[in-house]
Amino acid sequence: MYDGGKVIIGLIVLFIICTFPFFYNMGRAAKAPEPKLDTPAIKKLPEWERVCVQPTPWMRANHMRLIDQWRNWALREANREYIGFNGKRYTISLQNTCLNCHSNYDKFCDECHSYMGIKPYCWSCHLQKPKEWAKGELKEGR
Amino acid sequence: MFEKALVGSKRYWTWVAFLLALTGIGAILYLWQLKVGLKITGMGRDVSWGFYIGNFTYLVGIAAGGVMVALPFYLHNYKAFGRIVVLGEFMAVAAVIMCLSFIIIDLGKPMRAFNVLFHPTPNSILFWDMVVLNVYLLLNIFVGWNALQAERNDVPPPTWVKVLAVFSVAWAPLIHIVTAFIYQGLPGRHYWLTAIMAPRFLASAFTSGPALLLVIALIIKRYTKFDPGEVAIQTIGKIVTYCIIINVAFFFFEVFTTIYSQIPGHMQHFKYLFFGIKGQGIMAPLMWISIIGMITASILLVIPGIRRNETTLALCCILVVISTWLDKGPGLMAGGFIPNPLHEIVEYWPTLPEALITLGVWALGFLILTVLYKIAISVHEEIEA
Amino acid sequence: MEVNRRQFLKSIGLFTILGIGGWSAFELLVPGQIEAQYARKKEALRAKRWAMVIDMTKMDEEIAKKCIEACNKIHNIPDFYHPVDPKYKVDPKKARRWEIKWIWLEPFEHAFPDLEEKFMPESLKEKLFVVLCNNCDNPPCVRVCPTKATWKREDGIVMIDFHRCIGCRFCMAACPFGSRSFNWGDPRPYVNYRNPEFPTREKGVVEKCNFCAERIDQGLLPACVEASNGAIAFGDILDPNSEVRRLLREHYTIRRKPHLGTEPQVYYIIM
Repeated sequence: MYDGGKVIIGLIVLFIICTFPFFYNMGRAAKAPEPKLDTPAIKKLPEWERVCVQPTPWMRANHMRLIDQWRNWALREANREYIGFNGKRYTISLQNTCLNCHSNYDKFCDECHSYMGIKPYCWSCHLQKPKEWAKGELKEGR
Repeated sequence: MFEKALVGSKRYWTWVAFLLALTGIGAILYLWQLKVGLKITGMGRDVSWGFYIGNFTYLVGIAAGGVMVALPFYLHNYKAFGRIVVLGEFMAVAAVIMCLSFIIIDLGKPMRAFNVLFHPTPNSILFWDMVVLNVYLLLNIFVGWNALQAERNDVPPPTWVKVLAVFSVAWAPLIHIVTAFIYQGLPGRHYWLTAIMAPRFLASAFTSGPALLLVIALIIKRYTKFDPGEVAIQTIGKIVTYCIIINVAFFFFEVFTTIYSQIPGHMQHFKYLFFGIKGQGIMAPLMWISIIGMITASILLVIPGIRRNETTLALCCILVVISTWLDKGPGLMAGGFIPNPLHEIVEYWPTLPEALITLGVWALGFLILTVLYKIAISVHEEIEA
Repeated sequence: MEVNRRQFLKSIGLFTILGIGGWSAFELLVPGQIEAQYARKKEALRAKRWAMVIDMTKMDEEIAKKCIEACNKIHNIPDFYHPVDPKYKVDPKKARRWEIKWIWLEPFEHAFPDLEEKFMPESLKEKLFVVLCNNCDNPPCVRVCPTKATWKREDGIVMIDFHRCIGCRFCMAACPFGSRSFNWGDPRPYVNYRNPEFPTREKGVVEKCNFCAERIDQGLLPACVEASNGAIAFGDILDPNSEVRRLLREHYTIRRKPHLGTEPQVYYIIM
């Protein structure tokens, strides 16, 4: 092989770089995400009313698409009412509807997002802890 | 042919390293801008476009200016431009890449740049600007590269290259007309709201583009064996001369309409630029240098003796480049935004990070230019041998 | 079959582009559709064309400041001149550059630059006028937006979608009234009045008064109208029975820069 030594060394370096994440994390399984639903708002509701706008498996798969559609309906079409799967009517608002029940975004939203290594930037605009933020209880103006 | 750019003299590599360093500094500062926001620039609520967009506007002119050597060669078989036309095309490539870079770094959310493609909006001139600039970039890359390759292999370029070349000659004025339309359709900015903006842009493009090309060609002649030929140099000199005269004339047409009509809303912008208003006149020295420079260049270039001497010709062309840059870059931005729509004066000056990022983009452009020219010149040297 | 290297590379390139392009096209054009179960809120205010009449005879500086405060509070508008945390303090020149204003005060010569007369009543000359986005009917800002991130809603309000804005600031150049502001940096450290029901904005997007569209859709009047103590009227200009139309019938009103043809929908009763 022409320049055989350099090529083989190069291939080994490439192999190490490509498989580095696997070796580095070997034996360190991250805990499966457990989004917590024990917020004050949810606990106030009776058991049979503890449902989201859509059933949980559907939400798990489609919440990002729903939020996307919500934005278009509310902002572009001025339609701010959503009819949930059980006929209940909700105001279309991430901050005021979703986060009303799921007020523990760091133990709920972040659980799965951190596990998957996803960093949605919703929270640079939408307030993840609206009430605490309003009272100035969060650090650094956040 | 890229391997031609990987071998060079010590001087070549020093120049490349210098440009890489400047680009690197610009890149690092741009990362800071991405993190913190455009507040590191001097722009503000009243002057919302500044150094970045000013340079973009000027460079679209440089890119379009390449057509002044392509048109005579491709459409009228002006053989004297045979060697310099590839330099013109490659200069257009580097200039358009600089333009696109300036637009990207000026965006508040560059990661959303593709929204312009996902949500095409034909009524927005910025949409068309994106279309025409990218098409022009592709045209020049394809035509320049293939023409050079054909020359290297000593075959005539294929017909499709010739067709695209003619198409790019027609497209070149279009890119600058569309850029002018960005400005001349805005009802609230009276410095820009004039039909002569597009002709002014074209005139200044067709003088500054060839002028810059001429200076670079003469520098290349000094340091390599590549000589575009005296006829080519002299013809380009004549093009620069006529177009700078037209540019100065257009400027005075604007001044006449503004001053003779005595409409205060329109006069304010010229008054601010050249004399300042209520003590605020940071642009005045630059604007006077610009107009005096342009007039001086026009007068000097008319004299055949000055054009025939390559040193004086080069100096005049440098004067043209600087004075048109002042007029079309900082001057255009400041004039448009100051006074603001409420007739208040809020001045603008770029900050140091802004200037260094701009310098980084210019360095990137010159780096691309250097690499492409190295390839072209090496191919020519190979052919001569 | 003999395939030479050049043809092989070309076909690999072609199939890669087809594969990636085909898949992307599929993803883009056939996204999972959510069943459309949405509606306008029953209590939402409706109009064919919203307009505002500001009665400057009823408006004094105190009421005006209340209106501005109401807007700033509701929309988490940052104040660069008075940061609560001293480490964020900036000099007034920077504060002026980074200013975000949706509704603010301007003297006559700045609000109506072409109407100023040398010998006009002093009271008018010195009066501070409430200015805001006019939500024009023929808006140049909407014309120039390359992504439709700003558009004119059916009922006439010129909206901004902060999710789509790329921050090119073409709309700011196009607005003849200087109504639009840009977030040059992160505004949150400077937001003093905090409303938990409205988001803040991120650095890199343009914003302006939106006639409180989010309140209108919930059946409320714009915040400035509510705080104005009757000085600002808001209603449907195409409804001959609306308050706005009544005021326009009874008083001569002026608008800012009407000769530009943008059809501003904020009318001023000045005396």
